Amino acid sequence: MSFIVRRLIFYLVTAWVALTINFFIPRLMPGNAVQSILAKFPNLQPSAYHAIEAMLGVGHPGSLWHQYVTYVADILHFNFGTSVAEYPAQVSTLLAETLPWTITLVGTATVIAFLIGTALGIVAGWRHGGSLDRVLPGLMFLQAIPYFFFALILLELFALKVHVFPTGQGYGEGLIPGWHWDFIGSAIYHSLLPALTIVLTSIAGWMLQMRNVMITTIGEDYVVAAQAKGLPDRRVIFTYAARNALLPQLQGFGLAVGFVVSGALIMEIVFSYPGIGLLLLNAVTSNDYPLMQGIFLVITFAVLIANLIVDLIIVFVDPRARVREATR
Amino acid sequence: MTVGPAISAGPTAVIQEAPEPGRWRRMPIKAKVGAILLGFFVLVAIIGPEVTPYDPSYQNPSPAASMNGPSAAHLLGTTQSGQDVLSQLLVGIRLTLELAIIVGVVATALAVIVGVAAAFLGGFWDELLSLITNVFLVIPALPLLIVLLGYPTLRGQAPTIIVLSVLGWPWGARVIRAQTLAIRNRDFVAASQETGERTWRIIGFDIIPNEVSLIAASFVNTVLYAIGASVALAFIGLADLNSWSLGTMLYWAESQQALQLGAWWWFVPPGLAVALIGTALVLLNTGIDELGNPRLRDATSASRIAGHWLPPANPTPVLAEVSQHRGRVATFLNSFSRSSLLDEAGAGES
Amino acid sequence: MSADRALDPAAGRAVGSSTGPAGLSTDPALASSAGLGPGPAEPVLDIRDLSVVYRTPAGDVRAVDRVNLALGVGEVIGLAGESGSGKSTLVYGACRLLRAPALVTSGSVIYGGRRVSRPADLLKLGPDELRRLRWREIAIVFQSAMNALNPVLRVRDQLLDVIHAHLKMPRDEAREKAASLLDLVGIPRSRLRSYPHELSGGMRQRVMIAMALATEPEIVIMDEPTTALDVVVQRDILAQIVELKERLGFSILFITHDLSLLLELADRIAVMYAGQLLEVGTADEIHHEPSHPYTKGLLNSFPSVRGPRRNLAGIPGTPPDLHHPPPGCPFLPRCGYGTAACQEVDMRLLPVATSSDPEHVTACPFILPDTPAPAIGRPLGAFEAGDLSTAGELGP
Repeated sequence: MSFIVRRLIFYLVTAWVALTINFFIPRLMPGNAVQSILAKFPNLQPSAYHAIEAMLGVGHPGSLWHQYVTYVADILHFNFGTSVAEYPAQVSTLLAETLPWTITLVGTATVIAFLIGTALGIVAGWRHGGSLDRVLPGLMFLQAIPYFFFALILLELFALKVHVFPTGQGYGEGLIPGWHWDFIGSAIYHSLLPALTIVLTSIAGWMLQMRNVMITTIGEDYVVAAQAKGLPDRRVIFTYAARNALLPQLQGFGLAVGFVVSGALIMEIVFSYPGIGLLLLNAVTSNDYPLMQGIFLVITFAVLIANLIVDLIIVFVDPRARVREATR
Repeated sequence: MTVGPAISAGPTAVIQEAPEPGRWRRMPIKAKVGAILLGFFVLVAIIGPEVTPYDPSYQNPSPAASMNGPSAAHLLGTTQSGQDVLSQLLVGIRLTLELAIIVGVVATALAVIVGVAAAFLGGFWDELLSLITNVFLVIPALPLLIVLLGYPTLRGQAPTIIVLSVLGWPWGARVIRAQTLAIRNRDFVAASQETGERTWRIIGFDIIPNEVSLIAASFVNTVLYAIGASVALAFIGLADLNSWSLGTMLYWAESQQALQLGAWWWFVPPGLAVALIGTALVLLNTGIDELGNPRLRDATSASRIAGHWLPPANPTPVLAEVSQHRGRVATFLNSFSRSSLLDEAGAGES
Repeated sequence: MSADRALDPAAGRAVGSSTGPAGLSTDPALASSAGLGPGPAEPVLDIRDLSVVYRTPAGDVRAVDRVNLALGVGEVIGLAGESGSGKSTLVYGACRLLRAPALVTSGSVIYGGRRVSRPADLLKLGPDELRRLRWREIAIVFQSAMNALNPVLRVRDQLLDVIHAHLKMPRDEAREKAASLLDLVGIPRSRLRSYPHELSGGMRQRVMIAMALATEPEIVIMDEPTTALDVVVQRDILAQIVELKERLGFSILFITHDLSLLLELADRIAVMYAGQLLEVGTADEIHHEPSHPYTKGLLNSFPSVRGPRRNLAGIPGTPPDLHHPPPGCPFLPRCGYGTAACQEVDMRLLPVATSSDPEHVTACPFILPDTPAPAIGRPLGAFEAGDLSTAGELGP
């Protein structure tokens, strides 16, 4: 079976596991826990209250299997339930409003960081042991900084002390979202500092990883053979070494996507950026369980899709992947 | 050091002999710095809470004590409610490290069990365990942690430890399974099996000892993940907000607008502590990696010949040509390194 | 050293030759017959006093120790030795392909092929000159073709890489040349579009050979080219190599641990152990009149199809630790003839006294081809002065 088909099946299985976890977690709460949860919502509309009860599996909502089937059907129709804190807004509406912001910011910044970091890693790997290696400890330090902490520092320095960047939000006050230049320009301006945060902290990781992979790769026989053949350096570095080193690097990217997204979500909070991160904070503070679960599902699906895209790129770059078993 | 009889005299002065250094000396500088840095923080974790100048929770009601910068009385300033930041930091380092190390131990143990089991059982069980591992590897950890800890009854140190451990083993399990498979296919294991060794003994004496550096690296990675995750969770409020971990400090700083009010002394120290501990762990991991992967180790330690760095992919260096390139500064600096022995002898070469 | 003028990348052929199909030279003057004995006075590759060490934190490993070897035009030299004997280090070190922590500590490697105007010392060339000389003059067929071919490039692209790096020709001509190279080694042209992993082991090795011959090099180094292949394919590949060498006239430096291969294939054989040469002579001499105890041991280690049955003896023990090589002869601990005197030997290669060939040299001053075998059951390494009586006959 082809590589891509196997990966697709794997992602579907994973999505199903995520769904099922989401379904069972609230139902596994011990009885008194359920009571204390319900007690937090004294002023809810009855229908919302019943929705929470249904989610927690109390109040005679029907057999477990029946609940499960209904739940899965709902998900397939993009119905993630009703938000409790923002009642009567639908979770899916809230997600649809904030998801584009997060995806644009995190997606673009991560790809840029990956490209630059990988390019730097190629040079650092080829010339390892040299002066470029002196920055390695600094890079490790950068990599170890939590995104949101770095965001705090950058805000402090470049938004508050020196007014180069705005202090937060997704766009200027008084602007109405829409497809006109005023708004788009302001949105870009407001996304610069968050994007910079992501790029600066994650570049270090990609560079270190690529450097290590390159070091191993240039020791491979085919690179030595390429040099023995008297091929020009550029050809050896890029077509023989880097192109092969790219494969484990891409695989690493796929695995890291989840972490990057998670970190970026928390970072959005610091910037009050109108993405999913802020939604998440609100959900946690107001105990909005349907929203929390909806966010978990959507983020998981996004990560799975990103992984699928990485798989497609790998198949494009590596001729062996087209026939190999999907043992990533 | 025997070099041979006089008849076989050749450029023997060129050859360096050195005693076999112990494992500590063989570790690269980066890893040693990491170990020392980590040791410092562990020390602080152990004695810190005993030497706090103030009770970290003590709130000073007088408004004059609120949000003060660093001063003689409060080395790291005060919080919104007049609490001493330094005291909180000292307690916080212990709480955070404690949690991270426990998670590291539990999750790594799980990873070893799952990884070795999958590699040894093979067949259906291997497929199943690998599938579970890969599924939990792909599912983003933080959103799932939030869903798990979102319920108010699940806040606190213990639930956090449990939940982080349950989600922290897949990475290590994958790596350990791969390595175990590789070792298992080697001859000496087959030999043990032929002589009727029981599986437990094979695992204990043949497999595990060869994976020590891998398990150590996996442990360090898990601790790293645990620190990052627990701090992030606390930052959004999913922790016991009455305790003083580095993450909760950041939560309170953020919610009390420390940034906007310019109280950098409140959020910089805990964040910096997290970053430094993380850096120490990564440096340590580099050392472990290089101990285990000879190519990386040879790469860093051997790319200097006669005090002169050459791009590793250059043609093999020839001794005479190398000594020509040294300048005066390089000669001076080089005299401190072990290879200076070579240069004095090699200076006479053509 | 202006070796850059010595190499003319535009010259696709040696001067004054006729052109056969696919533009390859078939001038009989260049294709020397498979003559026995050493090549003409000017060796095409002259390795003199070469030493290579690996610089590790635990000290230097002397992988190659003052080796002298000369390869003549059209000659086939076999370099035989166990793994770890330094044969690969010698050859790759001479070509400067070893990576850190390798270091060449002495010697010279003079290349004097027909295309260069003046002999050049490979150890003194700069990176650019070296790159021009590599492959064009000295090509290598690596041990594992699977590892030596770039997994993500098609065969055609890898052949074109080599062609464009050294020969100036328009694209379509280059493509035709790539195709003709596959013809040369008997691979269907459709395979140009294949990736390495789509080829069988034997096919991959043939591709490697085709690639090595792309620029009509003077020397082809073969590093255990058939070790990873099964015996039938091995036979085919070796036959092909011999046929190509007859036709194109290059010299071969053939590295292997399998001495039996060399007995049929090589003109001269050099036996290497622990970084030093122990014996060098023609294939005939080595086969029938081996002088060094190690060579005798090697010859005793594989059975012959014909002839009387005899007990196979291996050579017990393991090669020495090259971090701290013992004084004198490195083979002493495993040598059935060894005595205390062997620790004083300076390992110079001297002519074998009883041989008719003055070029047959050995590092052991005591043992001759006709020295009888040592007593069986003699403990290894137990050499005292008193053992002289039981050591068999010692030469002068």
